[in-house]
Amino acid sequence: MTAPGRIVVVGASAGGLSTAAALRSQGYEGELVLVGEEPHPPYDRPPLSKQFLDGRWESERLALRDDAGLDALGLDLRLGTAAVGLDLATRQVTLGDGTRLAYDAPVVATGVRPRRLAVPGVAPASGVHVLRTLEDAKALRARLLPGRRLVTVGGGFVGTEAAAVARGLGVEVTLVEPARVPLARALGEEVGRFLTQVQLEHGVDARSGVAAAEILRTRGDVSGVRLTDGSVVPADDVLAAVGSLPNTEWLTGSGLRTDDGLVCDRFCAAAPGVYGVGDVACWHNPLFDAPMHIEHRGNAAEQALTVAHNLLHPDAPRPYAPVPYFWTDQYDLKLQCYGNLHGHDTCSVVEGRLAQRRFVVAYRTADRLSAVLAVGMPPKTLRTWRAAVAARTPWTTAVAESAGAEQLTGPLRL
Amino acid sequence: MKITVDEAKCCGAGQCVLIAPEVFDQREDDGIVELLQPSPVPEFHDRAREAAAVCPAAAIEVVEA
Repeated sequence: MTAPGRIVVVGASAGGLSTAAALRSQGYEGELVLVGEEPHPPYDRPPLSKQFLDGRWESERLALRDDAGLDALGLDLRLGTAAVGLDLATRQVTLGDGTRLAYDAPVVATGVRPRRLAVPGVAPASGVHVLRTLEDAKALRARLLPGRRLVTVGGGFVGTEAAAVARGLGVEVTLVEPARVPLARALGEEVGRFLTQVQLEHGVDARSGVAAAEILRTRGDVSGVRLTDGSVVPADDVLAAVGSLPNTEWLTGSGLRTDDGLVCDRFCAAAPGVYGVGDVACWHNPLFDAPMHIEHRGNAAEQALTVAHNLLHPDAPRPYAPVPYFWTDQYDLKLQCYGNLHGHDTCSVVEGRLAQRRFVVAYRTADRLSAVLAVGMPPKTLRTWRAAVAARTPWTTAVAESAGAEQLTGPLRL
Repeated sequence: MKITVDEAKCCGAGQCVLIAPEVFDQREDDGIVELLQPSPVPEFHDRAREAAAVCPAAAIEVVEA
């Protein structure tokens, strides 16, 4: 097998652009088409709920490449147009405007979109926000003025980061989370409680164990949110941060399997010569011997390197076996996580103390150390723990080697 | 090759130090990137490019000479 002559990358955010850049840096000189639904040149999303939302950065700072850097890639860049179909038999991607793009190899990098709230009063869209695109962030940012009232529905990473930013801008914030403890399912109950405490200390009204039942409006404008316990929270704006859905509808009928994303093997292939990258992909991570669907920025970039290699070296593909990483900024705290938190059994504080806001929490899945989460720890400590995750260290070894490990309970069972 | 880092973008993941410890380090107090070699010798070019490519915060820029 030889390298393809025309590669069509569908999706022009971090995963798609990184794949295109990696193909060029790995020596690919063939035709390279990059298709993006949004009209903007590729930009970075993590700052949308951080430096852009709080006004420190303007949109220019989000660009993943400047014009010269994009030109240097020699792309056939098709922005502002979504792919609507993929035909593996005729090897064509169909765009929304009817254009058919022939390919030798396609890359699926269409990402995810926010799940919408499904309660009365959501429509019309005014005053009810989501946070995924630059337009979303601009619309929300324009509303985050001192004294305004924001209800954030959903206490995950997007919701809690946005709540922190809004408080910093003087907005009154209510955080509504259906689970008993926000982030408990992802990070464990104690860490979830700790982060909720941080929100409370910053003046957020955290309502747990309730969901939004209805968006209330006065003459069309949002005036509040009625919760499932019957209480009403006055509001000027609502941020719906209730998770995401993979953008795989355009693959319907293609024969590719979708289930929590585009299902890929350990080489990130969904079918021979067809690859998935970034938030949309659900691939088998051989390091943890588990299917993974990771919506974190670092994964898109790292996965792109493997996908590019495998496109160009079909006879010598490399499995993609990363230690996943993400970070989240919550007020003055930066949380960093290495490993696979999904479905963990228990966790322990293995360094520091939660109350000191300087700690490492280790997560156990079966008999292994599967992830670590750290706040305020020196980089050498983080690298040591990351290496222990990468080595699939037995739990007993990992915990025995840390002094004063304090057993926490398991994740919250819902 | 000329490398620049943007400390305001850096998230302190440390991926760059894992990949190219000759070129990058992290500040001890907050984990923010420190550039050890703004113009690394050719031996380290590939690893510097990889570090820039996988940086989760897009904080490393590599300009080829």
